[in-house]
Amino acid sequence: MAELVAVIASTHHPFYYKASTATGEDRPPFADEWVRKVTAFRETLTRARPDVLVMVGSDHFHQLWLDNMPQFLVGKAPFYDANWYNEEREFGLPRMVMRGQEDLSAYVLREGLDAGFDLAFSNELRIDHSITCPIITLRPQNDLPIVPVYTNIFAPPLPRPKRFVQLGQTLRELVESWPSDQRVAIIGTGHLSLELGGPRQFGPHGPDPEFDRRAVEWISTGDLEGCLSEVTLDSLHAPGNATHGFMDFMLMMGVAGEGRPADYVDTYDLFHTMEAYFTWYPGGLS
Amino acid sequence: MSRYLLNKFLFTVDRDPELVERYRADPADTVRWWEDEQANRILNCHGAESSTWLRFDDTERTALSTHDYPALFELGAHPFLTLTLFIAMFERDHDGLGFQLEYARRLAHFSLPYPDITT
Repeated sequence: MAELVAVIASTHHPFYYKASTATGEDRPPFADEWVRKVTAFRETLTRARPDVLVMVGSDHFHQLWLDNMPQFLVGKAPFYDANWYNEEREFGLPRMVMRGQEDLSAYVLREGLDAGFDLAFSNELRIDHSITCPIITLRPQNDLPIVPVYTNIFAPPLPRPKRFVQLGQTLRELVESWPSDQRVAIIGTGHLSLELGGPRQFGPHGPDPEFDRRAVEWISTGDLEGCLSEVTLDSLHAPGNATHGFMDFMLMMGVAGEGRPADYVDTYDLFHTMEAYFTWYPGGLS
Repeated sequence: MSRYLLNKFLFTVDRDPELVERYRADPADTVRWWEDEQANRILNCHGAESSTWLRFDDTERTALSTHDYPALFELGAHPFLTLTLFIAMFERDHDGLGFQLEYARRLAHFSLPYPDITT
């Protein structure tokens, strides 16, 4: 069977690419420390020596639209083009192409359906910065095939937090039962407190530092029970109007497992939002 | 009231560089053209199979036609769509995060719970 060699949960910050590549007067004062932290985080994936990446993210109204909106979708294609005109325009993100691991996509879809998740699928998926940001930060050589998994954290009605956790638990079971000798890492990105297009946006910190502190505590200690007891679709409005992206972190806590503390934790307090980086090694580091 | 149609306008304009510039330069004309020609197009379907029933009400049409993003927020347009398109149109007129911070200030009279964005 395949081996799950790393579980990684991260914020995805579309400005990292521009900040980290800027020089001279264009380079923001927080860039050097940010690059140092991301480089250290990247090493946690490199050490696991993965062959395949399952990438959990959320389309930001790029290909998935309100006339046909899936709650959970798995890409199944040999290639994925990536990044969109409005991401080039606003964030300076480059166009990218990733290879797909189609046999694992097919396995996740078949077995996921049989496990009770009515997964949508796409055979031609252009992915966005929720998946390309962690490629840029964690695997910039972009040399590994991927299985993209999209969740709806964006267009209500949304699945409840518990469902994200259950999908994470199922994804782990599916990867670990995949009849293959490949080494798989599951990487998911979301947000801590975040406000976009509202009165609390672009402040000196994330809109709710206390929520961020507690979220980092839940994730780093694997406190799924505590997290689920306090986080609801309604409660997530309070820390910021885009904070439902935290449910992708909860999905990754489901992958990592109840009570399983993270093996690597780091954060970086930036304007607008807090960055947070977590890695688990389910079987230890060989 | 159609949050969906407001979102459809913001979505289809934001992804088209020419429409972004047209909406910046002449919002009222762009909204009029879009409502007449584009509002009923099902995005993944042939034009002959368009919908027949989608139109803005006066409040929605005025909000879009006057670039009134606080009104769009109040109407429950998706904040991410509104923000992204308005950054594309107006960030260039400000230094640094000037536009984003002005945007926040102009929404400062809203408190929780924010207007519902469910479609």
